[in-house]
Amino acid sequence: MQASIATATLVGVDAVPVEVQADVSSGLPVFGIVGLADAAVQEARDRVRAALRSSGYEFPNARVIVNLAPAPLRKHGTGFDLPIALAVLCATGQLPRSAFADVNAVGELGLDGTVRAVPGMLAHAVAASGQQRALLGPADAAGVVAAVPDLHYRPVSSIARVRMGLPDVESGADTASIPACGVEVDLADIAGHQCAKRCLEIAATGGHNMLFVGPPGSGKSMLAKALCGLLPPLSPAERLEAALVHSVAGRDPLPCLAGVRPFRAPHHSCTIAGLVGGGTPPIPGEISLAHTGVLFLDELPEFGPGALQALRQPIEEGAVTLVRANGAIRYPARVTVVAAMNPCPCGYAGDPQRACGCTPGAISKYNGRIGGPLYDRMDMSVRVDRIDPALLIGTEISSDPSSEARDRVLRARDFARTRGHGEVRRHLDAPARALLETAARRSSLSGRAVTRMLRVARTIADLAEDPTIGEEHIAEALGYRTWEAQ
Amino acid sequence: MDRTGIGRRGEDAAVAYLERAGMRVVDRNWRDGRGELDIVALDGDTLVICEVKTRMTDGQGTPEEAVSAAKRRRLVRLAASYVSAQGLEPCQIRFDVIALRVIADDRALLRHHRAAFEVE
Repeated sequence: MQASIATATLVGVDAVPVEVQADVSSGLPVFGIVGLADAAVQEARDRVRAALRSSGYEFPNARVIVNLAPAPLRKHGTGFDLPIALAVLCATGQLPRSAFADVNAVGELGLDGTVRAVPGMLAHAVAASGQQRALLGPADAAGVVAAVPDLHYRPVSSIARVRMGLPDVESGADTASIPACGVEVDLADIAGHQCAKRCLEIAATGGHNMLFVGPPGSGKSMLAKALCGLLPPLSPAERLEAALVHSVAGRDPLPCLAGVRPFRAPHHSCTIAGLVGGGTPPIPGEISLAHTGVLFLDELPEFGPGALQALRQPIEEGAVTLVRANGAIRYPARVTVVAAMNPCPCGYAGDPQRACGCTPGAISKYNGRIGGPLYDRMDMSVRVDRIDPALLIGTEISSDPSSEARDRVLRARDFARTRGHGEVRRHLDAPARALLETAARRSSLSGRAVTRMLRVARTIADLAEDPTIGEEHIAEALGYRTWEAQ
Repeated sequence: MDRTGIGRRGEDAAVAYLERAGMRVVDRNWRDGRGELDIVALDGDTLVICEVKTRMTDGQGTPEEAVSAAKRRRLVRLAASYVSAQGLEPCQIRFDVIALRVIADDRALLRHHRAAFEVE
């Protein structure tokens, strides 16, 4: 007797359809799973057997072979428990096959038959909705999958309940009920640093990467954290994209669904796989978890050289492609990178009050760890010096709050949408063109550097709501590429 | 009492138990060149391959522990050759273990493990 149940396995952030086929025949008692299943899927045998017995079903004393089709696709994870159990129950006539004709099933089983959520529930929900099939899954994932439009979700808390029929929950429920987290750092809380704040505004408008250089304790990390508060709210499509990555990585996708921009600040001991993704089975790295948000790299030169260079391609493409022997996996990684570093190992090079004790060799070695190609991708670099104690302790707040800066960002973004696109270099007026040409020659800027600088100048012009890029915009953008002048 | 004697008495007790439990014993000590099946019985349509282990003391561990992975694999092989040697139709097969712990001259504790293991 045979039966099959539809399910899926994760490849990147997509759930690829898999059919679980069960064949129960007489012969020596065996419970075998075939079809390129990894160790977690093989362990499903013990969980399924125990779950069926403790839920009042009978596990057949027979030859039970489960095949996961298509067989060449590598399957991983514990989400196959539920479909395997259902296929065995249908094949032995304990459940009617017809009940699962237009249903995808996914979920892990406890020994007592409880159905548990697995990483990537959101990806499974998106896939089921795309195939116009219902999704049978754990009851505790109902809140997450509610964000997927046009999905019929059938929550089930334990496999014993399946006998009694399943409720059908139409999704598209509002995620507005999820409280959005408040912004952690407001610009008004940061004294001084007008130049760095201006850069944050430009970065928030145009999505440019930036580097803060300054002595310890000058407020680099605080500034970086304030960037999230300047960014516009996530669009519904962006929310789902960001939440998908979090779901696949086994993290809580609810904040993303509520519209909170991801802010990831990996420690500098982070490995390459931790930063850009990897492992077996592959999971997304920090840069993908920061998708649609901010990736903050504090103490940039302390990161491993391999990890830093691995960031180059994802920053450029807005996606990570992990190539494996059996195919490539793509994770989205559209992020604004904010990096922070000290100017030298001791941290005080260029400080007006404290003497730096580093040798010139040590300083150039320290800066050399980052490498030209990565510097090239930092559109703006700003010095963040220690501020005057009087400014810090003083009671009057000079800076305007994040909300006002954010309004400017939103206006500039609106302006950028309406001004029309086309090649940015056509927006230059004659003096701007001349200035750029001289500067590029003198500092021997790379082609990429010129292009990226032009984009920054375009954003600066957008903030001024100016359709053409003038000399002053170029001059400001040039000012943010200080390291090349050195 | 010698060792084969105690084993033999254990198997007798197991056969008596199985018959009392409603099964029909069809073969005892069936052997081919490679080993021996203690008891072959029919429980309804299911062919039951039953391994009997008897122990006088717990010094060597429980009787069940003696049914090692190697022993289980041997029993599966023997079961397959039994089915083909007897020319049986495809049917359900179950592997049981009966463990006996002797506590007095004519008294033993019996534990019956139905479907104790399956093909790995």
